Amino acid sequence: MIITGKEHNWEIVCGLEIHCQIISEAKIFSGASTRFGADANENVSFVDAGMPGMLPVLNGYCVHQAVKTGLGLRAKINNYSEFSRKNYFYADMPTGYQITQFLYPIVGEGVVTVDLDDGSSKDIRIERMHIEQDAGKSIHDIDPNKTFIDLNRAGVGLMEIVTKPDFRSPEEAGAFLRKLRSILRYLGTCDGNMDEGSMRCDINVSVRPEGSDELRTRCEMKNVNSVKFVMQAIENEARRHVEVYENGGSIEQETRRFDPATGLTKALRKKEFAHDYRYFPEPDLPPLVLSDEYIRKVADELPELPDAKKARFVDKLGLTKYDASVICENKEVADFFEKAAAGHDAKKVANWLMGDFFAMLKRKNINIEESPVTAENLGALVELIEKNVISGKIAKDVFEIMSETGDSPAKIVEEKGLKQVTDAGAIEAIVDRVIAENQDKVGAYKGGKTGLMGWFVGQVIKESKGKANPQVVNSLLAEKLN
Amino acid sequence: MAIDRQTVSRTAFLSRLKIDDDKIDAAENEFNKILNWVEQLNEVNTDDVAPLTAVNENALVCREDKVTEGGQADEILANAPMAEYGYFVVPKVVE
Repeated sequence: MIITGKEHNWEIVCGLEIHCQIISEAKIFSGASTRFGADANENVSFVDAGMPGMLPVLNGYCVHQAVKTGLGLRAKINNYSEFSRKNYFYADMPTGYQITQFLYPIVGEGVVTVDLDDGSSKDIRIERMHIEQDAGKSIHDIDPNKTFIDLNRAGVGLMEIVTKPDFRSPEEAGAFLRKLRSILRYLGTCDGNMDEGSMRCDINVSVRPEGSDELRTRCEMKNVNSVKFVMQAIENEARRHVEVYENGGSIEQETRRFDPATGLTKALRKKEFAHDYRYFPEPDLPPLVLSDEYIRKVADELPELPDAKKARFVDKLGLTKYDASVICENKEVADFFEKAAAGHDAKKVANWLMGDFFAMLKRKNINIEESPVTAENLGALVELIEKNVISGKIAKDVFEIMSETGDSPAKIVEEKGLKQVTDAGAIEAIVDRVIAENQDKVGAYKGGKTGLMGWFVGQVIKESKGKANPQVVNSLLAEKLN
Repeated sequence: MAIDRQTVSRTAFLSRLKIDDDKIDAAENEFNKILNWVEQLNEVNTDDVAPLTAVNENALVCREDKVTEGGQADEILANAPMAEYGYFVVPKVVE
């Protein structure tokens, strides 16, 4: 995206930092539960509460999840990493420091390929990923003079993924977040729910004259909680920078708050000493050393990821690139599709899935696991059409019944007598009747209004209650009218 | 490296320690004594020596991913100066 300026055009330079909650039973440094929605301070150990003398013990599964995520980001896994203390004072951080990784993160440089609306792809480079603990939650709106603190979230494992400043438009950032969420869900390492806060995004934005490679002062917006808001924040912040520069001003490095109500950003009061974190190596935890053997074992567990699945659906099943990327964005949808398409025309199954089936899920406001129409039954429906047992039109009615009763299409077709009539004799009787009853139209047709053919076909199919095979109807009519 | 009054005040603020004005000179003096002592380490040549974080590099012991603690909100809150409805309560934190 290029912003038109007075003297020259401007280009957006944007990078993201994404905090992703690790899926695990217990917290990253204690044995307290990570479960969401418990009563206040019920999932808190003495370690999480920052009690004196308590020592953190690393949850091995969180490391495993982080390595898996790193591999999913096609990133280098570091054999050696270290934990550090990031010191800051805030009421929901009882120790006064966050255990994180600083100089030696567990995951190094990687890359995520995003698909853009115009059909092109772009590689977004990952700078690093490290693991750390989450803070507790401050609740400001219970009492006008007090802040309430719940430490249930304090100590839940996080993966912080940092990208290079590779985004040149809000669309690229949106596509990246959707792709990242998809990869994390395939891996089962983070549920990716931005609205519940299990994936949170910090945005860094600056602008520069188009064609230049300088990096100007950037501003940061923290904790933006939806893809749509991230895109809005990038665009509006970039436009603000252009306006400031074009009016002869300069941009100060600062943290700004994105207001979802207005879509605009505004400066936060500058915190004194805000960035003096005084990092130092965490004395309570030795370095994290991972063997090549360990990393290889985790790599062996990786599922087929969206890019590979998409390529396979295109190459082996003949789907279009677009259909394949829609179907592969969500693992459950991709699995459902593969089951439904087994042994059938995959392209037709994809059409049904993305058409009537998705419309049905949307109408019922349910997700795919709750669908009354099973994958096997959707495949069976396509097979009935392929084998000319029912027409495409009748299939739509059958699908409606399936989505109410969950019955198999064969049962519905049998019970309702919907089998397509391909018997030429039975269809011919209807064709003759339609011709006899509409002599005026026959005349018009023979007089040159050949467009009436469609009307005749429609009449015959209607008379047959939709069961007449359209090909048979077409050829009989053509024979009799010409 | 020498510490001045301003650095003492700033460090105290970051650590949330209250140091009365008449104690700052003494703190400055103490600070510098400690730093000077540590600075002896600069006499050692550390060219081409990687920083050492820990002497026992393979000593990291991990726990299993099992819930073994929690369900003790009362004990967690026992020392809190203020608590209501199971929450810690602090003076309003304004952003």
